[in-house]
Amino acid sequence: MITIKVSDRQRITTLRSILTNIASLFAALIAVGVVFLVCGVNPFYAIAQIFSGSFGSIYGFKETVTKAIPLILIGGGLTLAFRAKFWNIGAEGQLLMGALMGTWVGLAWGDSLPSFFLVPAMFAAGFAGGAMCGLIPAILKIKFSINEVISTLMLNYICAEFITMLIVGPWKGKTRFGFPGTDNLPDTALLNVIPGSRIHYATLILAIVSVVILAVIVYRTRFGYEVRVIGENPEAGRYAGIDFFRTSLVIMAISGGLAGFAGVGEVAGIHQYLGYPASVSSGYGFTAIIVAWLAKLNPLLSIISAIFFAGILVGGDAIQISLGLPAATVQIVNGILLVFLIMGDYFLRNQVRLVFGNAVQRKSA
Amino acid sequence: MTKIQKLEMVNMSKSFQGFYANRDINLHVKSGEILGLLGENGAGKTTLMNILYGLYQPDGGEIRINDAPVRITSPLDSIHHGIGMVHQHFMLIQNHSVIENIALGYEKTPFFFPKIRIRDKVVEFSRKFNFDIDPSRKVWQLSAGEQQRVEIIKALLNGADLLILDEPTSVLTPQEIKELFRILNDMKSRGHMVIIITHKLDEIMEICDRVTVLQKGRVVGGADKANVDKRELARMMVGRDVLFNVNREKLAKGEKVLSVSDLHVLGDKGLPAVKGVSFDVFANEIFGIAGVSGNGQRELAEAITGIRRISSGKVVAGSRNITNLSPRKIYDHGVSHVPEERIKFGIAPGLFLYDNAILKQHHLDKFSKKIFLEYGRIKLHTRSLVENYKVATHSIDVEIKNLSGGNIQKLILGREISEKPSLLVASHPTYGLDVGATEYLREQLLLRRREGGAVLLFSEDLEEIFELCDRIAVMFQGRFMGILDASDKERLKDIGLMMAGSVSYTPLQGAIDK
Repeated sequence: MITIKVSDRQRITTLRSILTNIASLFAALIAVGVVFLVCGVNPFYAIAQIFSGSFGSIYGFKETVTKAIPLILIGGGLTLAFRAKFWNIGAEGQLLMGALMGTWVGLAWGDSLPSFFLVPAMFAAGFAGGAMCGLIPAILKIKFSINEVISTLMLNYICAEFITMLIVGPWKGKTRFGFPGTDNLPDTALLNVIPGSRIHYATLILAIVSVVILAVIVYRTRFGYEVRVIGENPEAGRYAGIDFFRTSLVIMAISGGLAGFAGVGEVAGIHQYLGYPASVSSGYGFTAIIVAWLAKLNPLLSIISAIFFAGILVGGDAIQISLGLPAATVQIVNGILLVFLIMGDYFLRNQVRLVFGNAVQRKSA
Repeated sequence: MTKIQKLEMVNMSKSFQGFYANRDINLHVKSGEILGLLGENGAGKTTLMNILYGLYQPDGGEIRINDAPVRITSPLDSIHHGIGMVHQHFMLIQNHSVIENIALGYEKTPFFFPKIRIRDKVVEFSRKFNFDIDPSRKVWQLSAGEQQRVEIIKALLNGADLLILDEPTSVLTPQEIKELFRILNDMKSRGHMVIIITHKLDEIMEICDRVTVLQKGRVVGGADKANVDKRELARMMVGRDVLFNVNREKLAKGEKVLSVSDLHVLGDKGLPAVKGVSFDVFANEIFGIAGVSGNGQRELAEAITGIRRISSGKVVAGSRNITNLSPRKIYDHGVSHVPEERIKFGIAPGLFLYDNAILKQHHLDKFSKKIFLEYGRIKLHTRSLVENYKVATHSIDVEIKNLSGGNIQKLILGREISEKPSLLVASHPTYGLDVGATEYLREQLLLRRREGGAVLLFSEDLEEIFELCDRIAVMFQGRFMGILDASDKERLKDIGLMMAGSVSYTPLQGAIDK
């Protein structure tokens, strides 16, 4: 007889934590390999293609950095929310609201303001849009005890449909020949890119500065201290007199606001107009959840994990073309990675052993 | 397998990360015997019993039943061998009925209609041991004593010849303790054997036939009850003499620091938990609130410290009305709080020791200027707390969950009194702590009293109440059964009855039988 014994690990070292993460990534790659095998593709070749597509060439790496920008912003913001155990699954919607507000400011004042004022105003509006979208579930949670997973998730659909409504309705551009989407943003509203790439560096700098500030907030400020206490033990937070309502509002304003930044970056740096929600974002709000998780909720590490996952997105695009795999493959890869990372966490916290033998005679009472 | 006549543990050792929790422990118990396992917290009592119950695997040593070595690798094994354990925190599902809980833990529960088919068996067992329990009641409706009896029935139904009880009396009233001891004696006369884990000397003297004393993971003594006295046991347990009569000199009452009038508070389920309580606490005084837990003490403490809303009535600290202020404001007005269940309320377990040292004070100017935390000063403050309040730790850069309960409590107490608050609300400050830590904490409370502070002490431990308090209120079902002076020995004799709600004194009027 073989039984499985699970017991708490009493001390977790940093080394073990890193090794566990690497091991889970490896295990995930094996599982991904099985998926490729089922698709009739040589798994080693496919995985090699993913990484050579994203990190193996200058072009690929530029694309990887481009896609890392929104992931750094959103993933960084999510580390804050997740640290307080506020499960914000609504970053996608918050990104979209940021994109919407940024586009609105860009279109409305594009002709009257110079770039120097216009672009910051667009980012500010984007932050406000994302923050608003993040505040709603925070208020619902604290005042009405509504589960934030449900409310943030559902708000994603509301935001997406709201944008769709605008771009096929009142905001439909005159230059679109009847196709949905706003007019192009004026040149003053567009972000410069590094020549020969799509890297809108203003957003990249904003992203890195944001997560650095976030790290300072989390580890060095009164507010960050309160976030950590709430996340570790809400009862102790209550006892210490931490104002849950205020703290949750600030957390979600920051988390949503950073997603809003990302939305502005995507619209003003890449697409240049507001189109269908699915084309504005391609699921960054969800991928960022894994980014935050892999970063162990450390804002600074989210830069590295964002680049890693951006690489997988880019590499996924590459194998779609070179191996003719369906677009959903990348989502499967990401999903598998998340599941394995979470499983890895379980093995990090618990010691799991197989015990052999020891069949015991039953006692007859 | 046959009935256990004799159980031995030979040279048992168990270490955690190189630290021995048990080392070469020998212990035996035979049919019809009650063995007391005595020791301070962290002496290794619970570890040893968890090995016997199959929760831990020993590094070395052997368990012998009726002289035959056995291996126990899981609680299931140990149940099959006829060993049952009642944990300190009951393993019952609150929303299920007694019968459902028993069916869940009973191995031979039939798949279909389990409740109906095992009901008779439960009733039969209850009658045999004279347990008074209605099997269809929900567990949350039961008192702690009744829940414990459900746990005992669970163990006995599974055929336990040996019953292990971990700190069985910590949640019981004096009357319920008597009832438990009656049940244990009854079991003993039927040939069962019992091991009681405890650090209460009185219990050993009252119920046990023999005692084995552990200290720092080793057996340091053992004796038949007939051959020892309390003082001797205490010395074995801590390795030195214990202060039994704490030195409490007479002090003149100071000014009024807390005034509570006609306070009404709702409990978690929205029902009244505190029903019109009024009292004053003065400087140089320890005011004790005795009573069995669940009679509104927690709600009263939380209402005073701002964690729970007050529905009507008034709380005044010094000259300030603090009714329904936030916990932080109340702290700033000089009322600090050592909460009950220290791990659950008093600390953030995964944060560092120095983070936890400022849980209530992080907003003060000396630890954070406007926005940023001043880690330099915080660590300095933490080091002085660790030193002044004798917190045993090799570093302040460790997650606080790695500390023992006693050391966590010392840190919490230090944190709460280092700013010299005018009032300290202390809820069960020594609950579950070893004799050494308990003694230390009590001395600190008395020191606060001498220094001109006031302490509002909630405790279920009557010994503690009598040792420390100048005045004692007994709480029952949300009301005070009377406020007695500690010198009023005559009326204090009835404290057990007051706790059970059968006698009530209102001040000046004498006894009123209900």
